[in-house]
Amino acid sequence: MREETMAVGIPKALLYHNYHVLWEHFFNELGVDLAYSKSTDKEILERGKKHSIDEACLSLKIYLGHVDYLMDKVDYILVPRIVSLKKHDKLCTNFYALYDIVNNLFNTKIINYNIDIDNHINEKKAFIRMGKDLGFTRASSVHAYMKAKRIVKRNAKHRFIKQSHLLESPKLKILLAGHPYNLRDKFIGGMVANILKKLDVEIIYSDIYDERESRDKYKSISPRLYWTYNQDIINSILYYQQKVDGIIMITSFPCGPDSLANEMCLRKIDKPIINLIIDELSSEVGLETRIESFIDIIKARLKNG
Amino acid sequence: MDKKIITFPQLANYHIPIEFLLTNLVECDVLKSPPITQKTIELGSKHSPEFVCMPFKYNLGNFIESLDLGTNVLLQAGGGCRYGYYAEVQKQILKDLGYKFEFYSITETDKIAIISVYKTLKSLNPKLKFFKYLYYLIITFKMIHYMDKIDIYIRKNIGFEVIPDSFDKLLLEMLDDFKNTTGLFHLNKLYRIYLSRFKKLEINKPNKNLKIGVIGELYTLMEPFSNYDLEKMLAKMNVEVSRYTNVTYLIITKRFNNKKMLKICNKYCKYPIGADGMDNIASAISLALEGYDGLIHIKPFGCTPEIGAMHILNKVSEDYKIPIIYFTFDNQTSIEGIKTRLEAFYDMIKMRRSK
Repeated sequence: MREETMAVGIPKALLYHNYHVLWEHFFNELGVDLAYSKSTDKEILERGKKHSIDEACLSLKIYLGHVDYLMDKVDYILVPRIVSLKKHDKLCTNFYALYDIVNNLFNTKIINYNIDIDNHINEKKAFIRMGKDLGFTRASSVHAYMKAKRIVKRNAKHRFIKQSHLLESPKLKILLAGHPYNLRDKFIGGMVANILKKLDVEIIYSDIYDERESRDKYKSISPRLYWTYNQDIINSILYYQQKVDGIIMITSFPCGPDSLANEMCLRKIDKPIINLIIDELSSEVGLETRIESFIDIIKARLKNG
Repeated sequence: MDKKIITFPQLANYHIPIEFLLTNLVECDVLKSPPITQKTIELGSKHSPEFVCMPFKYNLGNFIESLDLGTNVLLQAGGGCRYGYYAEVQKQILKDLGYKFEFYSITETDKIAIISVYKTLKSLNPKLKFFKYLYYLIITFKMIHYMDKIDIYIRKNIGFEVIPDSFDKLLLEMLDDFKNTTGLFHLNKLYRIYLSRFKKLEINKPNKNLKIGVIGELYTLMEPFSNYDLEKMLAKMNVEVSRYTNVTYLIITKRFNNKKMLKICNKYCKYPIGADGMDNIASAISLALEGYDGLIHIKPFGCTPEIGAMHILNKVSEDYKIPIIYFTFDNQTSIEGIKTRLEAFYDMIKMRRSK
């Protein structure tokens, strides 16, 4: 085992929102110190805009802002690369390029793992390789990974049970559907959630649902959809469809996969549904009117039966 | 049942080989989609999702215009990025518009493209024999390959033609003859004849002419209407133009080139960065090493893989000291703005050269 401790920086954006539990427990088990960036705010966004191309999607800009914030505070920054999580499926190309973008834009050391199912590198293999790069033995990496994975599972279960209780509330229930990195981000999803809370609405998040029950349901909406994360969103929408009163889809501008997949949802899902596009100029005031009128429409519909 | 009429979206001159393949293998009419006009784009944009990339709108516009002309079978291909998912959304949009049609898509999700194309054609023509299909497929590929080769020659020399329009006229003549190819040998012969005729065309090429490489997203690169005839504009400035991306490259060369590309740009990319991103970085580097004076990178608005590549291209441009200009096309881009920027870029590289 290694003697000195090092600090690995984790930007609180993009894949952090999918994997933070896994990362936290994996690195803790190995005895690596973690340092997180702060939650997204205007400053982070400004930092990100400095580094990125104008047209890049908001989520990527925010990510680069987080990396910039962490850069001089830690020894390494964790930047994973994920091509596919399931066979024949893919992720948005931003996740392919994430490592190379950060590597070219910033002068910092990076810890990296690469998941590519079509080339036979699954998550476990990727984590073992990353452990090796950090100087840990295979056995300790496997142990840490398995343990972290168990905790992830338990954690997901707890979250699911917690959210299931919310469904019984008498208040109006709205499903916020979108990528976890948009939903859980303070700037993007946070803004929408704040407005909804003011309107006294129960918020259901799409990143928590019964994956076992709802697996492959997306095929009824779109049989050839190949973005894993968009499949998840549609699965979740279909899972909650009958349990909520309305659906708000959140997209960061100009998200490639969402632009097409959300169009399919808008066309095929039979429930009050809107697509909110958040860009860097979006403000709570601007969104408020749209969300309010949406909620009013749902309430009116419920009244009329 | 009515007679089947097939159509497919427009992409530069490639409708000729595709039409050739379809007319020989499928017993139905092939309708070339009407040439793209401003109206096509308006139609496409009107029915498209808000910020989908531009090729989607163009293709959708093509489909709507052809459906209005009486087509009832649509073909769409698919690829690495969003392109692979075009087919399904377009099908849904057209259905919601109330059109009646059959939709076939050939996507990369099927591992062996040759088989999946065969299956698609077979469903259009149940009597199709595999070997017949293979024979015509080879001719089609060969035709595309020859067209691309001639295109490369044209791009290098059209800027210096002595008689205006001589290249374009000859190209049209060649494409007309290619349409009526009878077989592989005939095609070879035609290619040799036209290549020598192209080489005989008078050009006035100075010894040290300016050279510009064009890289970027495949559709905007290849479809002249979508990039406002950028290559023609460059030709008028007496510039030699080079571009790696063409259909030959996308269907055949790319498959065998991955490792080579990764080696060329290993300083910048540890992994392929999705769709044609890495290829563009590699071409940028090799064009810089070949002594090109400048690079033009073009893409439709919101093209995710190319935006990823742009972050890295900036660094390549710095390291290899090659100027690079970025053009983004969407349906609101004005041709004047592009012209002005292009002229400024041209003046800049000319000044660099004279230093």
